[in-house]
Amino acid sequence: MILASTLTTNLAILVLAGFVGFVVISKVPNTLHTPLMSGTNAIHGIVILGGLLVIGLAGNDAFNKVILVIAIAFGTINVIGGFLVTDRMLEMFKSRPKPRDGDGDGDGGSEGKDGKGS
Amino acid sequence: MATSFLQSESFRDVLYIIAFSLFIQGLRGLSGPTTAVRGNRIAAVGMAIAVIATLLNPLEGNWGLIVLGVALGAAVGIPAARQVKMTAMPQMVALFNGVGGGAVFLISWSEFRLTDGYSFTPTYIAIFSLFAAIVGSVSFWGSNIAFGKLQEIIPGRPISFGSAQQIVNLVLLVLAVAGAVDIVQGNHSEVVFIGVLVCAALLGNAVVLPIGGADMPVVISLLNAFTGLSAAATGIALDNTALIVAGMIVGASGSILTNLMATAMNRSIPAIVAGGFGGSGAVEGATGAGEHAGSVRSTTAADAAIQLAYASRVMIVPGYGMAVAQAQHAVRELTKELEKRGVEVAYAIHPVAGRMPGHMNVLLAEADVPYDQLEEMDEANGEFGRTDVSLVIGANDVTNPAAKNTPSSPIYGMPILEVSDSHSVIVIKRSMNPGFAGIENELYYEPETTMLFGDAKAAVTEITAELAHI
Repeated sequence: MILASTLTTNLAILVLAGFVGFVVISKVPNTLHTPLMSGTNAIHGIVILGGLLVIGLAGNDAFNKVILVIAIAFGTINVIGGFLVTDRMLEMFKSRPKPRDGDGDGDGGSEGKDGKGS
Repeated sequence: MATSFLQSESFRDVLYIIAFSLFIQGLRGLSGPTTAVRGNRIAAVGMAIAVIATLLNPLEGNWGLIVLGVALGAAVGIPAARQVKMTAMPQMVALFNGVGGGAVFLISWSEFRLTDGYSFTPTYIAIFSLFAAIVGSVSFWGSNIAFGKLQEIIPGRPISFGSAQQIVNLVLLVLAVAGAVDIVQGNHSEVVFIGVLVCAALLGNAVVLPIGGADMPVVISLLNAFTGLSAAATGIALDNTALIVAGMIVGASGSILTNLMATAMNRSIPAIVAGGFGGSGAVEGATGAGEHAGSVRSTTAADAAIQLAYASRVMIVPGYGMAVAQAQHAVRELTKELEKRGVEVAYAIHPVAGRMPGHMNVLLAEADVPYDQLEEMDEANGEFGRTDVSLVIGANDVTNPAAKNTPSSPIYGMPILEVSDSHSVIVIKRSMNPGFAGIENELYYEPETTMLFGDAKAAVTEITAELAHI
C-alpha cells in the first residue's frame, strides 16, 4: 500500500518535472545551446546523490565500495566540471553586452562552483 | 538514537525541494546571455544544497570513501573544465554524458548486489533500476565512442556492419531487455545482470560507431537525453525527488535539442540512429559531380580583400572548418578591420553548423564577437538578399542549394542558409573534396561564387593583411 503510493507520487513528480523542463528549456535561445548542454550535464551530476546514498548503507562489500567510489567520482566530474565550464563559457557571452550595460556582475560571492560538500 | 531535526527525513526532503527549485530557476536564467551566468550559479547552489542534504543522512557512513571519490572527481573535473578549449567543447560534453551514464549504471549495479538481486525490494524498484542500468550503460559506451570520434582517436567516418547493422542493434536490445525481464521475474543471478550490462554496452558501441561526424549534434543531444532519463529512473528506484526532477529536466533538455537538430537536418531520429546516409547518397553525389564539369573560379586573398572592402554588407557563414582551424579569432580580427571601413558585418549561424548545438556561437563568443551580430537561420535567410558578399568559412552541407533544388540529393529538404541569394559568395575551403558523405556542393559552381583554397585560419589572416594595403 504505502510503497504503491510512493511510486505514484514519484511518477507524478516525474511527469510534472518533464513538463516544467519542456517549458523552461524551450525558452533557451540557440545561441546558448552549448552552455545549456554543459549546464544540464552539471545538473545531471545529481546522480552523485545516488552514490552517496548507497555507499552509506550497511552491507557493501569491497567490490561495491570500489564501483561506488567510481560512481561518486563520475558524479563529481559532472557537477564540478559541468558548472565550471558552463560558467567559463557564459562569461564569454556576457563579456560584451553591447547595447545596455546595467545588471553589473551580480555574482554575490564565489559560491556555486564547488558543490563538493566537504 | 536521537536524530536531530537537521537529520530528519522531512528536513532533507525540504532541502531537496529547495534544490530542484533552484535548478529550475537557474535554467530559467539561460533564456538570455545577460542572466545566464547568474542562472548557472543558482543551479550550482542548488546542487550544493542537494549534496549537503544527502550527507546529513544519519545512516551516512564510509566518509573516507566519499572524500576519496569526490577528490578523484575533482582532480579530473577541475583541470579539464579550466583548460578545455572552446573548439573541444563537443568532446567535453560527450565525456560528461559518458561519465553521467557511467555513474548511473554503476549505482544500479551496486544496488543489485546490495539487495541480492532485488530479492527484497518491490518489483517497480527492480524495473526502474534495470532501466537505469541499461540506458546508463548505453550512454556510457555510446558517449565514449562519440568522444573518440570527436577527438579523432576513432575515424569520424561511419563504421558499420552494413545492412546487418540494424539486426545487430535489435538483437542486442532484445537480449538486454530479456535479461532484465528475467531478473524482474525473480532470477537473482549476477551473471544475468552483468550480461544485461554487456549487451547494453555493445549496443551503445554499435549505435554510435556508424554515425558520421555531421550527425554528431543529434547524437550528443540524444545521449544527453538518455543520461537524463536514466538519472530520473535512478531517482524512482532510490525514492529521491531531487534525482527525479533533475533527471527529467535534463531529459527534457536533451529531447528538445535532439528534435531541433534533427529538424534542422530534415532527418528523422530513427534514420540517424540506424546509421549514416546510406550507400545511395555517395552514388548520387558522384553523378551530380559529372554535370558541373569545370567552371569553378578560384580567387586570391588580395581579390577577396578588395571584394570585402568595397561591400556595404558582409555575411560570414562559419562551419566546422572554422572550428577545426581554430580560426575564430582570425575571423574576429577580419570583422574588426571591415567594421573600421564602415562595412556592416553579421554572422549567419545554421543550427547544425559544427559538431554540437550552439557550437559556432560559443566559438564566436570566445573570440569576443557580440552576440547581437549572430543571426539565426531564418533571420539570416531574410537578409542574404541585401548582402553584398557572403564569406563561407568551412561550412559545406548547410549551404548546399541541392537541399532545395535536387530532389534526388540525400540532403534534399534540409533547411539551408541561402547564401546564393547574396550578390557574391566567397568560399574558403581546403580543397574541392566534397565534405561528409561525398555530396557535391552546387554552390561552388554558381557564377557568383569564387573559391579561396586553403586553411581557414591562414586564409582569413591573409585577407586581413591584404585589407591593410587597400
